[in-house]
Amino acid sequence: MTRAPSRILAIGGNTFTELVRQKVFYFLLLFALIVIGNSAFLAKFSFQEEFQMLKDVALGAMSVFLSLLAILATANLLPRDLEDRTIFTILSKPVPRHEYLLGKLLGVFFLLLLSTLVMGVLFLGVLLLREQAALAETRASLAGSPQELAAALAEVSKGAFGWDLIPAMAILLVKAFLLSSLTMLVSTFATSGIFAILVAASAYFIGHLQVTAREYWMSGIGIHWWTRIFTAVVALIFPDLQAFNLTDDIVAGVALPMALFWQTVALGGVYIAVYYVVACFLFQNREL
Amino acid sequence: MTGFLNPFRSLAALLMVAVAGALLLPWQIELQNLSKKSGFRTAVLDLSLREQIGQSGFLAALSGFRSPLAAFLWIEAHSAWEKTEWGRMNALFNTVTTLQPHSLLYWDIAAWHMAWNASAAALQDRKQQSEVLRERARRQYIDLGRDFLERGIRNNPDSYLLHERLGIVFRDKVEDHSAAADEFAKAASLSGCPDYIKRFAAYEAAKVPGREKEAYDRLRALYNEGEKMRASTLVSLIRELEEKLQIPAAERIKAPAPSKPAPAQPQSRN
Repeated sequence: MTRAPSRILAIGGNTFTELVRQKVFYFLLLFALIVIGNSAFLAKFSFQEEFQMLKDVALGAMSVFLSLLAILATANLLPRDLEDRTIFTILSKPVPRHEYLLGKLLGVFFLLLLSTLVMGVLFLGVLLLREQAALAETRASLAGSPQELAAALAEVSKGAFGWDLIPAMAILLVKAFLLSSLTMLVSTFATSGIFAILVAASAYFIGHLQVTAREYWMSGIGIHWWTRIFTAVVALIFPDLQAFNLTDDIVAGVALPMALFWQTVALGGVYIAVYYVVACFLFQNREL
Repeated sequence: MTGFLNPFRSLAALLMVAVAGALLLPWQIELQNLSKKSGFRTAVLDLSLREQIGQSGFLAALSGFRSPLAAFLWIEAHSAWEKTEWGRMNALFNTVTTLQPHSLLYWDIAAWHMAWNASAAALQDRKQQSEVLRERARRQYIDLGRDFLERGIRNNPDSYLLHERLGIVFRDKVEDHSAAADEFAKAASLSGCPDYIKRFAAYEAAKVPGREKEAYDRLRALYNEGEKMRASTLVSLIRELEEKLQIPAAERIKAPAPSKPAPAQPQSRN
């Protein structure tokens, strides 16, 4: 009899392979096209503008692709297993349902991690290439004045890569993990894959407004009791997704304190754990 | 999917999520405060922005796509520049800087377009026959550039760059040397500021009647920092002020007349 970790890893590996077979990685070509095409288009701007916009667009595209991938890949896992009847084969073996869900979730997490790594390498590679081109141009144009050259080269490098880009991408990944576990929770009671996608996508948008609802609810001034109940429900049920939107300010040059980074990651971890536990609770007694 | 869920179990699940949400509330609020204190999540996305960027743009901004949206609008502003649509550029710059209030680059370049390019174009606008009105338009564009920098400073109080740029606008466009000296001095007091800005503060103060002594003290302090700071302009200006302020011979600088040129100073974009 195999142990729990190996069972979970086997289900996770299988889920990952299934997703790869569905050619989900094709979206990386689109990402490459956006980053490289964008970079070529931006060549007419100053190098500072070019770097700024390359970072804006690449991280924005990463955020879109990861969020979409997290929701779409997770929403269809349970419906497809039910349709293929593979879920009966798996659950008829000594595999507890919570292990099955964890394995499925880990498979998607691995896909998201790999996608982030590939997109990150691609983005940083293009940024590095553009930086080298800007450095070469600067060297050529200021060859006669070494004093100015040193300052100009430092300015170019300062505008390109910053170490804060790494935690920025890590936060995007945590947000994608969160969305994936939220979608998993929805799919445990959803009646179809489309329903799960719709609910998760709505939760995505409402999650970004959660902070507004929370502030409105907690201020409690001059609002009707039913508005107060509605905003309280939104604030309590939905995750605060704005907490994970730090990349907008990071690309603008705001320094990310490590305390903020780790607290954001930890908050994401807690949300993931909560959604997983509730998903297990719902899935445990579900008639299949 | 044909599964069936016990309604009580569903309600219990919803309650579990709500309880977790309630337990996480203090943490969320603390994290929000920490974010704001660190300069994150401070962009004001209100109804005026909704009017500027439309419903879908506003939704995108709220959904964590502020920076890509700002980049797209910036590209649009660049196209407007190529067509010399200054009014449209100003509106787009306002939107971009609202979306990305911590990007120094956006404030800086928006101000430069208004205070330099648009103001110069207004002065050469042959469609406007009246020279008085052309001059008025020129001043209005300079004011718009100034306004971008002042708002940028309010959003980024720790950055020397925007103070420096505002100093340059006061020096070269408004020709208010006293205000320029103050802005350069503010820039010089912030971390990361290059040495040449400290010299700029003193040079500008020296041009203001009544501030010569202050300028002299600043220049002497820079001079005393060592050879690196003794640019030819600085030494010449000290000598000039020593004459003007009748500084006693024993207190005057003893350095020989400078022979090497002053270190290069970055130029503004014009």
